[in-house]
Amino acid sequence: MSTLRLEVVTPEKKVFEQDVNMVVARGVEGELGIMPNHVPLVTPLKIAPVKAKVGNSETFIAVHGGFMEVRKDKVVILAEAAELGADIDLSRARLAKERAERRLAQKQSDINARRAELALHRALNRINAAGEKE
Amino acid sequence: MAKGMRDIKRQIKTTQSTKQITKAMEMVAAAKLRRAQNAALASKPYADKLKEVVDSIASSGGSVKHPMLVKRPIKRTAYIVITSDRGLAGGLNSNLLRKLTNTIGEKHASKDEYAIFVIGRKGQAYLSRRNYPLAEVITGLSDSPTFHDIKPVASAAVEGFENGQYDEVYVVYNLFVNALSQIPTVKQLLPLDPSQLDGGSNGAKADYEYEPSAEEVLNVLLPKYAETLVYSAMLNNKASEFGSRMTAMGNATKNATKMIASYTLSYNRARQAAITQEIAEIVGGANAQS
Repeated sequence: MSTLRLEVVTPEKKVFEQDVNMVVARGVEGELGIMPNHVPLVTPLKIAPVKAKVGNSETFIAVHGGFMEVRKDKVVILAEAAELGADIDLSRARLAKERAERRLAQKQSDINARRAELALHRALNRINAAGEKE
Repeated sequence: MAKGMRDIKRQIKTTQSTKQITKAMEMVAAAKLRRAQNAALASKPYADKLKEVVDSIASSGGSVKHPMLVKRPIKRTAYIVITSDRGLAGGLNSNLLRKLTNTIGEKHASKDEYAIFVIGRKGQAYLSRRNYPLAEVITGLSDSPTFHDIKPVASAAVEGFENGQYDEVYVVYNLFVNALSQIPTVKQLLPLDPSQLDGGSNGAKADYEYEPSAEEVLNVLLPKYAETLVYSAMLNNKASEFGSRMTAMGNATKNATKMIASYTLSYNRARQAAITQEIAEIVGGANAQS
């Protein structure tokens, strides 16, 4: 089975670099499944887990926004923050989720609500990426 | 022991303890410099990749227009000034701030024409004492700052540019050359220079498809790119800080060694003089008795 190289890069470090068979990511226009020899593509990503398939095993990476660059044999995801599902502290993410939900329920000014919403997205993203791995 | 001798001895001791401190600081700075350089290196792939994609959009589209690439008449300027939190780093901060105040003095007639975003306690203290208008301040950053730490300042400046509050944005920081030399730099961040972007020389650029469209992608990408530039300036400045501190402390240690040597010399002279005098007194006394 042919492979493509997936790299996940943040300003601080390379989070992930490996040959995979398929990448599934959620772009702003919708879910994208990318296999080797895909047409070159650039798209921004939503805050969502990215799934990397190698053979039968799957790895989840929580990618917080950013964008994806696809080439024939390579996929590069650039994000301000990204974590491997296995590295995520699930209990902390759950706490963050509750906090964000509480804040959203309080309905403060627009900026705060927006911030809380983003925080909630990130927390859910982490929980999904970590949870689905088990 | 004569009084002069005791004074000299005390001075030797204080110089010695100062030397110990400067030597320790030098070594700490050297270790941190290595870490800062590694961090700067680690941030490179992200920045390079981002630039590459922005490049390819800018050069392939040709017709792509974006407000962040367009020059407009300058009414108000924003400066992002990056300084260190702590001193004892030679002329690092003062050189930078002098350069900044000179630039401002040349370009602007009144305080309404610019705003300053400051990172670092040294810059904050200096500028607020001189009544410069500070838009936002970040202090107390760790030695290995994360992208998250500087995001508030970077995005505030970028947003200010986008909604027309500022017509150009500059980053002021120390460019790290090596441990011995750091260059205070005033660099234009926004509007991004399209001629610089087109300069990507590698012809093997892939013809990308953009989803949803090239403009939309650029909308997301350019602010990120600008923020990344601020981050890399921050890392540069950190490395400069440690490099400069290392050399400054190295010099201080060297000077302390020199001072100790000269103090020891005069101490020994005083000691010899005291002994000679004592002998002279004894001899004088003995002569008087016989």
